[in-house]
Amino acid sequence: MYNFEGFTLDWYRELFQDTRLLIIVLNTLVIALLSALISTIIGVLGALSIYQVKKRRAKNTILSLNNVLIVSPDVIIGASFLILFTMAGIKLGFYSVLLSHIAFSIPIVVLMVLPKLMEMSPTLIDAARDLGASRWNVLTKVILPFITPGIFAGFFMALTYSLDDFAVTFFVTGNGFSTLSVEIYSLARRGISLNINALSTLLFLFTILLVVIYYFITQRNKAQVGGIRK
Amino acid sequence: MNKLIRVFAAVVIASLLLLFAINRLNSAVGFSSDNTLTIYNWGDYIDDDLIDRFEEETGMKVIYETFDSNEAMLTKIQQGGTTYDIAVPSEYMIAKMLEEDLLLPLDHSKLPNLKNIDERFIDLPFDPGNKFSVPYFWGTVGIVFNREMLGDMEITSWNDLWDPAFENEILLIDGAREIIGMGLNSLGYSLNDTNVDHLEKAKAKLDTLTPNIKAIVGDEIKMLIANEEAAIGLVWSGDAADMMWENENLDYVVPSEGSNLWFDNMVIPKTAKNIEGAHQFINFMLDAEVAAQNTEWVSYSTPNKEALQYMPEDMVEDERFYPSPELTEKLEVYENLGKKNLALYNDLFLQFKMHRK
Amino acid sequence: MENKLTRNLYMVPYALWIALFVIAPIILVLYYSFFDIEGNFSLINYQNFFTPVYLKMTLSSFWYAFLITLFSLLVAYPTAYLLTKTKHKQLWLLLIIVPSWINLLLKAYAFLGIFGTYGVTNNFLEAIGIGTQQILFTDFSFIFVSVYIFIPFMILPIFNALNELNPTLIDAANDLGASRWTTFRRVIFPLTLDGVKAGCQVVFIPALSLFMLTRLIAGNRVITLGTAIEQHFLVTQDWGMGSTIAVFLIIIMFLFMTITGTRKRGI
Repeated sequence: MYNFEGFTLDWYRELFQDTRLLIIVLNTLVIALLSALISTIIGVLGALSIYQVKKRRAKNTILSLNNVLIVSPDVIIGASFLILFTMAGIKLGFYSVLLSHIAFSIPIVVLMVLPKLMEMSPTLIDAARDLGASRWNVLTKVILPFITPGIFAGFFMALTYSLDDFAVTFFVTGNGFSTLSVEIYSLARRGISLNINALSTLLFLFTILLVVIYYFITQRNKAQVGGIRK
Repeated sequence: MNKLIRVFAAVVIASLLLLFAINRLNSAVGFSSDNTLTIYNWGDYIDDDLIDRFEEETGMKVIYETFDSNEAMLTKIQQGGTTYDIAVPSEYMIAKMLEEDLLLPLDHSKLPNLKNIDERFIDLPFDPGNKFSVPYFWGTVGIVFNREMLGDMEITSWNDLWDPAFENEILLIDGAREIIGMGLNSLGYSLNDTNVDHLEKAKAKLDTLTPNIKAIVGDEIKMLIANEEAAIGLVWSGDAADMMWENENLDYVVPSEGSNLWFDNMVIPKTAKNIEGAHQFINFMLDAEVAAQNTEWVSYSTPNKEALQYMPEDMVEDERFYPSPELTEKLEVYENLGKKNLALYNDLFLQFKMHRK
Repeated sequence: MENKLTRNLYMVPYALWIALFVIAPIILVLYYSFFDIEGNFSLINYQNFFTPVYLKMTLSSFWYAFLITLFSLLVAYPTAYLLTKTKHKQLWLLLIIVPSWINLLLKAYAFLGIFGTYGVTNNFLEAIGIGTQQILFTDFSFIFVSVYIFIPFMILPIFNALNELNPTLIDAANDLGASRWTTFRRVIFPLTLDGVKAGCQVVFIPALSLFMLTRLIAGNRVITLGTAIEQHFLVTQDWGMGSTIAVFLIIIMFLFMTITGTRKRGI
């Protein structure tokens, strides 16, 4: 890291020739996307369920249970999930990693969505009901649009958690399946290799690019939709 | 709502495309075939070219997974759920794995190259008759120091570290047995001492070293010492060799009071599926030329006597890594002290770390 | 009856998740905490927890977690506030969150370089005449890096709360002659309190159990409950003691959640 002698693209060239590393990167992305998606869905359902609970004590209990995984040290989560999976006879690998990523991302989604739900004035739902909307309509036409920012926040947090995690994955992976953070950790024994740095830079620039493109596309759409409405 | 559905659909499609790509890549590389051998080893602990060569010679596909501590490896193998054909635990862990009945006996008739191993490293107390394990690399625990930064001050023993001149210059590795062991050795006790009184004394002695200690760190110690963040480090000999490769001001010494002698060994865990392949691999790694090439790459000390003739002379004659018989006499192999004593070591180490504040 | 059943069907996935991935692990942890290192049933672990070593550790974990939360809040609140004022605010927000997708370990390693004796920071200090300082392995570097890592988790909920704020309320306050400080204290802050609480929850509690950074950045000068748990699970293999500390962490968490719990009156 200190012995800087000039710029070179060699690390990038080496990177693209390494199929194994490429597979690991793709694995990491798939796990992140799928776990974020599924945990967002379950998390939103969870937030809706908590919203329905009227008793304050029951609500607080569920919320505390919800937060257990956020506060537990990764090592404990990893170890207890490992025991859980082996008891259930799930083969370690893609599915065990995916399941645990979903599991530890759900609470953060709930935490992101719930405040939005709480902000929503209950009269809004009553009004929709009085106007004859079905439960499904209330959900899709009133509630979901209102909490959409919270849902996106939850989705992004879930992505973040998944991409960042290494301790839990380290425990529950196996049979040749590996993600980037686990790989980095095992390479760290000899000091971080520069092609891992190259890789992270690439991934980072790629995500930034995606984010910016995504943002401007949605901005344009919004403008158009708004224009028609007017 | 529409926006939500659109984003989620995009995520699903992207995931499916990625899964498809992974699938194609996996079958292109051959990881999905049945003829595989799964190796569970420390990170960066083998020359990758040798894996390629082994694959070429046998037609097997090697899956190489890594762990960062003996304990993490043990947990993984204990729980099952994944098949490892070869693992590389350290010697004290072998005793533990045998206690829990996690290893398969080796078939010596399939390991003709076993004769290449130096008889000094055969039939050791942790595995009499090498029924379950074959040594992979060995080494010592010692002191690495920067000649440039220390000037003409010499370090030859553990007790030299207590010199007030080294204030805030020492980095330690984060290992209870290594650090408490240093305390024990400096007082002339054995590394395997379980006398509570001796251990308390060792801990008290270590507490007085506190002003000299800069930090207690993990594997990053290699980078930190090589970058001259601190002048002195307590390290394993293999790591020392790595650092000296990076920074030529560094030197390594096995302290005169004595120190630890360790072994990493190839074993076949109970979970193994490809037992035939595992034997082939062990025998392959025991081949003199292969071992020489691997040793040059990993730079730890090899137990393979025949390999020495294929290695550069300055490497083989380096007394720091192939210590003289007199010094070897003073080195001790860690014994399995039992859970209770180990817990005592760890408690004392934890208290020592907390003492720093 | 059947109608009610189908109506509550949507609760099933979440309930299942709670049962399988929250309650089952808690029971496991609780179960293990009653066994000593040799596998006998005993309460020795609980006895051990109330020795000076672990009490001291608990106190210092609290202190560091408190400092980390405080500084994260001090940085995150103004940042979130400024963000809501910018034109492309969602984009800026995303750009702040994206760096947290870089692996924690890589970031920690980068800081080893930045704070090292020959690193960027010391080069700078040298250049402006202060001279080389030891930054790495100090309380300062530990808290700085932890705050850096937790900040996105603090910004997001606060940003959401600020973004929801009805601007007419602020205009009203201004029209009524409130100073900017009064407006902030009486209007903006109370209305965004829930966001602040959510942020504190997602920072304080994980900060109690940080373990990677205590070694990499603080050189084991800081020992938190998380460090001890990791040691017990991975090194000593004393799962009983590790579980006991975890039980206390879970209790602390429940207490903290109750204290900061939302007390919305049903208006």
